[in-house]
Amino acid sequence: MKCHKCSKVATMHITEIVSKDNVQECHFCEECAQKYLQEESFDKEVLEVNLELSSAKITENLASSTAVVCESCAMQFTDFRNSGRLGCPHDYTVFHDELLPYLENIHGETKHCGKFPTRYGANKDIQKEIDLLRKQLQVVIEKEKYEEAASIRDKIRFLDNQ
Amino acid sequence: MNFDLLSKSSGEWLKGSGVESDIVISSRIRLARNLAGFPFPNRASNFQKAEIETLLKDRIQTLEFEQKFEYVSLTALNTLDRQFLVERQLISRELAANEGPRGVALGNLESLSLMVNEEDHLRLQVMRSGFSLESAWETINKLDDFLEKKVSYAFHEEFGYLTACPTNVGTGMRASVMLHLPALDFTKQIDKVFRALQRINLTHRGLYGEGSRFSGHFFQISNQVTLGKSENTILNEIYSVIPQIIDYERQARNAWKKDNGQILQDRISRAFGTLSSATMMTSDETMELLSYVRLGIHMKMIEDVDINTVNELFIQTQPAHLQKLMGSTLDGEERNTARAKFLRSKLRSSGSTPN
Repeated sequence: MKCHKCSKVATMHITEIVSKDNVQECHFCEECAQKYLQEESFDKEVLEVNLELSSAKITENLASSTAVVCESCAMQFTDFRNSGRLGCPHDYTVFHDELLPYLENIHGETKHCGKFPTRYGANKDIQKEIDLLRKQLQVVIEKEKYEEAASIRDKIRFLDNQ
Repeated sequence: MNFDLLSKSSGEWLKGSGVESDIVISSRIRLARNLAGFPFPNRASNFQKAEIETLLKDRIQTLEFEQKFEYVSLTALNTLDRQFLVERQLISRELAANEGPRGVALGNLESLSLMVNEEDHLRLQVMRSGFSLESAWETINKLDDFLEKKVSYAFHEEFGYLTACPTNVGTGMRASVMLHLPALDFTKQIDKVFRALQRINLTHRGLYGEGSRFSGHFFQISNQVTLGKSENTILNEIYSVIPQIIDYERQARNAWKKDNGQILQDRISRAFGTLSSATMMTSDETMELLSYVRLGIHMKMIEDVDINTVNELFIQTQPAHLQKLMGSTLDGEERNTARAKFLRSKLRSSGSTPN
């Protein structure tokens, strides 16, 4: 994680309770944290500006992405900004570029290098197909076409057991 | 599952056995996993959550794993039973408080629990007594492989295992070690340790995880980063730092005994005295005093008190456990009276302080 004020690694994590519903998390390197704690009143304003600056990339991306909606869970990127939670796995693809600066900020890295599911390679196409079928299933259920729904469900079960 | 029976034992994490168990209480690893093609629980309808629950429950119960699982639906449990599972660290506070179809599959050894529809569709958790992350990883990795053969996980080539919150994406792994650090806490050196940990991307939490208070001088040390590092790298980072903390705590204990032995002895004896004679005890005070007694036993400054009794008391005096053991629901004041009585009966029979 990077310092909110300079580009060093953040080692101090301060939770600022502005009001009951407004809790601000600040991350600093040791140097900036000292300054922040000593010059409290002055710094809070600076901090707010800097918090925005440090997420400048995020905001920039936001401007261009407000209109994008995930076709799978109907989430917009602003929903994520408000809740801190994504809506479905597909969001990672839809909001790929917007998420990168967040991931960089949280983890200092953006590329997974741990475990892969053993059947990942073989599974990729099946997963896509299951995704698609599940979406179709939702649609037919909403239209109360239960016979069709049952047949899609069976297809999903079949693929799932592959 | 018979919770009344469970309440009489301490469970895996407070068994007090295992490597370095005078300081390391337990080791725990959890993996966050989601099913492909479903919205995350925060955005799923109750209908979808029920579908996820049915699917996972079925797959988990038919798993040919070394342990069998029993599925407990949270909606079927009353508040007391939910709280009971939280106190035993078998479920999170979040799962207890959430709404809609959700539950937990418990392994028959009480060291494995699989939460369904918590923040993610599936949270696998394994717990071990003492300092034993390696064996914990072996078990959970195997369980994950078994499950993955039965369900399609949401996985992204670039981002790894996908999670509702991007703080868990990648390995989805949070490995933590629970430490009992009364000497570092009392001598105010603990903040120095925390700052050093933060520098290497490790974080600390209280007894019951994120946002919980520090109680009984228990601290959980865990990794913060889940993306860009392999599981083994993360585990090694924790592995390399824990022996140092253990060492600091031992040094602080010895220095304390050497410089202020009388004061320490007095504190431990008073803690024991209060626990074995008070007539009303809050949960917080109990944790604090038991912590000193635990320290006293390990420093051989108190005799004839069984460490297992003390470890058990940490959990048995928690509100839900106490009510289970008493066999009735009790309000705050009744609990304090019942807790004091329970402590007296357990400790009076088992201990005396040296002269």
